[in-house]
Amino acid sequence: MIVGADLNRPLPLWKSAEMRLSCGYAVLLEVQKVAIEARRGQNSGTEVWHRESRGRYLRERLVKVVLAACAYLSVFTTIGIVLVLLFETINFFRQVSIVEFFTSTTWSAAFANPQFGIMVLASGTLLTTAVAIAVALPLGLLAAIYLSEYASTGMRRWLKPALEVLAGVPTIVYGFFALTFLTPLLKATILPGLPIFNALSAGLIMGVMIIPTIASVSEDALYAVPRSLREGGYALGATKREVATKIVVPAALSGIVAAVILGISRAIGETMIVAVAAGALAQLTLNPLQSVQTMTAYIVQVASGETATGTLTFSTIFAVGAALFVMTLVLNIIAYLFVRRFRETY
Amino acid sequence: MTQSSTRRTQTEGRPEPGADFRTSTSVRYGLDRLFTGLVFIATIIGLIVLAVLLVDVAIDGIPRLSWDFITSFPSSFPDNAGIYPALLGSLWLLALTTLISVPLGIGAAIYLEEYAPDSRINRLIEINISNLAGVPSIIYGLLGLGIFVNFLGPITGGRSIISGALTLALLILPVIIIAAREALRAIPNAVREGGMALGATRWEVIRSHLLPMALPGALTGTILALSRAIGETAPLIVVGAATFITFAPEGPRDAYSALPIQIFSWVSQPQAGFAVAAAAGIVVLMAVLVLANSFAIWLRNKYQRRG
Repeated sequence: MIVGADLNRPLPLWKSAEMRLSCGYAVLLEVQKVAIEARRGQNSGTEVWHRESRGRYLRERLVKVVLAACAYLSVFTTIGIVLVLLFETINFFRQVSIVEFFTSTTWSAAFANPQFGIMVLASGTLLTTAVAIAVALPLGLLAAIYLSEYASTGMRRWLKPALEVLAGVPTIVYGFFALTFLTPLLKATILPGLPIFNALSAGLIMGVMIIPTIASVSEDALYAVPRSLREGGYALGATKREVATKIVVPAALSGIVAAVILGISRAIGETMIVAVAAGALAQLTLNPLQSVQTMTAYIVQVASGETATGTLTFSTIFAVGAALFVMTLVLNIIAYLFVRRFRETY
Repeated sequence: MTQSSTRRTQTEGRPEPGADFRTSTSVRYGLDRLFTGLVFIATIIGLIVLAVLLVDVAIDGIPRLSWDFITSFPSSFPDNAGIYPALLGSLWLLALTTLISVPLGIGAAIYLEEYAPDSRINRLIEINISNLAGVPSIIYGLLGLGIFVNFLGPITGGRSIISGALTLALLILPVIIIAAREALRAIPNAVREGGMALGATRWEVIRSHLLPMALPGALTGTILALSRAIGETAPLIVVGAATFITFAPEGPRDAYSALPIQIFSWVSQPQAGFAVAAAAGIVVLMAVLVLANSFAIWLRNKYQRRG
């Protein structure tokens, strides 16, 4: 065989130097070494080759198994989350009836005769989320329209990362800002009766935090709308605004819906802003000027105190966490379906 | 104009020819100008809020900053309080989280991008990873509390640095995997085919060519993910980072505090002095984040120029 003959002769030096520059020079060096050794030890080339390829084959198998284990770890993470939440939630429902959990209108977990109505905490979450979306939906969508339809390439390249910074600021910093700057500001100007802890400030700042989520997903959707649709609009005499709002936005609607749902999901799971600025008073209300406790803030409140493992309070945070997990999971799945739809259309 | 008036005549009878049309155009163009301004303002409102936030924190916090603040332990007197153990705790967390999450994340990305056949189980893994990226961070805290703190407590030492680092590592793993996969996907197939044509095995091609080429992109994403981990508060509260600690942590099984935890505990205090300390702590935290992000940008630029 020609290959075998080649192996018994070391490669000329100039050739190997040239090969070094190309891709597999490490391999070539190895081949050369094997070939030299084969000649010195008077082994036949094929025998050495067999041994070497066997070693490489085993190493290849080993590497693949290790890498696959890394990938499967993500599955175990999900299973771990579900099992941990399930285990403690079952513990919780052994002591508290499911009916009470979903129908009671009082949450008084710390009292002598505790009541567990998740509705109360859910109303706090709903309230802050609604305020946040009321801020982030218009601002995020308009920003997406600007970035996709109006901004020059230079502006776009500069503004997109700048907006992303908003999502990178630690949420505890936003919480501090809502509590020590925004609430006093609102109190001094338009809302004198505002309590120190309130859903409004927390929600407003949370809205700012969510702007990049809504803006970047919507912008992807707007950008994906084919040029021909815009040109068709211009040909009919529509202005730029009319094309943007009456043609491009409706065409990208499923992507925009996905963006908003992802924003809602982030707002529901957001913790530190509400824990710092919205208060710790669990009450059933839809008035943003009041102090509320969200599901996440409750978990933080319990976890930052001393709670022994195995007590009812300890199980409670897992039950609340399970409710939170299910809510965000459902929203994320819906958003995923919407995103897939707009990707399929164009 | 003639056309429109003819159409009008057909549908409505006899209107003033063209009268409607002229007013409509000027209004529409006016609205267009308004709208252009509106979308621009909407884009920069968020940035204005960010600027106000930074200025506000800087005004509150910078006068309080001093070498003493960085080297002191927390205290019940706001004027003596410092962040030394919290800063050390954050550095410990950062180092351990990096050691745990980077190899796992890049390994998973290599498997999914270079090895995994397009089978049902691999698609399941992919969906699972993007789903994990959307799970609220506090849920990871509950996972860490259930598994690392309680179940593996005898090994990890319970509410210890290693429990916190493992929790943060799981939290940022999906982000690292996604970034590393994108970097690998950007490498042209010719590189893989060239390597294999020369007789290299898949792993040899990956180690000698794909990894060095994908590194800048993967590293940038990784550093961004790690800087997110530095700022995370909620999961650390749940896995039991302490708010008041009077010794410096010395090993992975020690109790610890972290910068955001210390800030949270000061924000929760009623005295005004602690709010100032919190602002100073935020300045330190933001400085660490800016440093990490500049490093990421510098790294990316350096490798891009070479490539």
